[in-house]
Amino acid sequence: MNTSSLAKQRYILDYAFASLLRRKSKNIALGLVYSFLVFLISTVLFTATSLKHEASLTLEDAPEITVQRLVAGRQDLIPVAYADSISAIRGIQSVQPRLWGYYFDSLSGATYTVQASTDLAENSGETVIGAGVSRRYEPEKPARKISENDILPFKTHDGHVKNLVVKGFFPAHSELITADLILISETDFRTIFGIQPGYATDLVIKARNERELATIAAKIVQLHPDTRPILRNEIMRTYEAVFDWRSGLILLVLSGTLCAFAVLAWDKATGLSAEERKEIGILKAVGWDTSDVLYMKFWEGAAISMLSFFVGVIGAYFHTFIASLVLFEPILKGWTVLYPEFRLTPSVTVYQLTTLFILTVIPYTVTTIIPSWRAATIDPDSVMRS
Amino acid sequence: MIRLVDVRKTFNADKPNEFTALKSISFEVTRESFVVLKGPSGSGKTTLLSLMSCMARPSAGRIFFNNQEITSLPERFLADIRRRSFGVIFQQFNLIKGLSLLENVMIPAYPSGEKFAVLKARALGLLDLLDITPRADAKIEWLSGGEAQRVAIARALINDPLVVIADEPTAHLDSRLSREFMGIMQRLNDGGKTILIASHDPVVYDSAAVERIVAMRDGQLETGGRLS
Repeated sequence: MNTSSLAKQRYILDYAFASLLRRKSKNIALGLVYSFLVFLISTVLFTATSLKHEASLTLEDAPEITVQRLVAGRQDLIPVAYADSISAIRGIQSVQPRLWGYYFDSLSGATYTVQASTDLAENSGETVIGAGVSRRYEPEKPARKISENDILPFKTHDGHVKNLVVKGFFPAHSELITADLILISETDFRTIFGIQPGYATDLVIKARNERELATIAAKIVQLHPDTRPILRNEIMRTYEAVFDWRSGLILLVLSGTLCAFAVLAWDKATGLSAEERKEIGILKAVGWDTSDVLYMKFWEGAAISMLSFFVGVIGAYFHTFIASLVLFEPILKGWTVLYPEFRLTPSVTVYQLTTLFILTVIPYTVTTIIPSWRAATIDPDSVMRS
Repeated sequence: MIRLVDVRKTFNADKPNEFTALKSISFEVTRESFVVLKGPSGSGKTTLLSLMSCMARPSAGRIFFNNQEITSLPERFLADIRRRSFGVIFQQFNLIKGLSLLENVMIPAYPSGEKFAVLKARALGLLDLLDITPRADAKIEWLSGGEAQRVAIARALINDPLVVIADEPTAHLDSRLSREFMGIMQRLNDGGKTILIASHDPVVYDSAAVERIVAMRDGQLETGGRLS
């Protein structure tokens, strides 16, 4: 491109920006609607991706295989003796029985996940809890949080009360998974839930080679046909499906709003006013080529859509990663009545941004060019008659 | 310089509202002449001006500009000729609202991509020539009718065209401003510009500056294009 072509483009660009400023109210309204659309879509996209990322990081420490026992198609307690026979399978490094379950606390109206921890084996009567449990515990006194050495009462399976002393809390960064978690000793677990010694909720297996997981799982089923091995990858896929489903749900709920805004933006963007048509006629009459007019309209459309894109994406970034999803929190985060309080680690990829860009900026720019092209191809003598 | 051979212009061809604005016009405008197209409304003056200034194409016939046939040139070549060779002053002035006087004057030169400083200096020179420099930064909508027309004249001259075309230029001016306008046109003609005006205002066609009057009626030349 030579110097005069560059200068010409600069003139046209200047004219396009001046033209946008001359129609301030229309273009600001258009930009706001458009930014809001980009904001909504970006928020959902950023959130779903970050949650999946977060979940995959957390699951890195999860057992490679979890073995459950099924009775009449439902999960039942598994005999700890199964661990001995399963550990004999070639390729298995360790088999650990696990005790865990859910506990509904009528005082706080919340359901907690309770797990027996080997770390607390020698500390019967003590517990470590998640941040959500400490916040939720006494709803009538919301300002008071459970602190260390406080008593956490449990109603046992036979109607007695078992008091445990809070000895620790899970770190905030793990809150996505640990918000509603309570760790107790095995003895306390069996006392509270009435599970006989020799039985566990499930078995967790560590394998020597990750590539052998499917074979090991098949051998476990062969050895104990009443068991169901669950691979870590399957859990990951479930998480992904859940977050994808949730983000899809949000988009579905918002689709009416998105459509309404899109129609409004389309109408405003594609409709040329009589004044704009006349202006195009004048420009042509004084010597502008059709392509000059199209360049001008292209720059106008590109300026509005690019600006709205950046405003929408930056807004969504703040909303997702700094304001902790104030708008969509109840739908996207947490699975019980305890909502985790945490900030998502920013996880934005070039691929995401490119997809958003292609889905928003390009259609807008193209759709605004078409009516301008129609107006720009009319004979300039139309202004002689206006 | 501009030669029309058996030119016809029909609007809405093959439709119920078909209308022939020009019927077989053959006519020539010589370089540095001062020609006025005179006739009542609907006589075809504006259509003839738009054909001669490359703003529209004839339905039949041929148009030559500087001995080059321009009838069937592609749009971008016509735009180029329009920009370089013709400066048009419209009846309604057709200035762009929201822009300053100076910006309006410079607009026709934007596609040529010349240096901004050179372009601005030339635009200011034209505003000075037309005595409106003090209002260079004013918005168009703040101008009086006379001032707006001077801006329209400056805009028509920004690309230093060979031909200045004006369509009913005095329609919105009082007699004093009309005479003033004709004075400016005479100066331009004296400076070597070809002037082509469509008007039914006696102030225009009775002006001493006019060399040739072409009377029109019902899409045809009444005088056969001769000096009246």
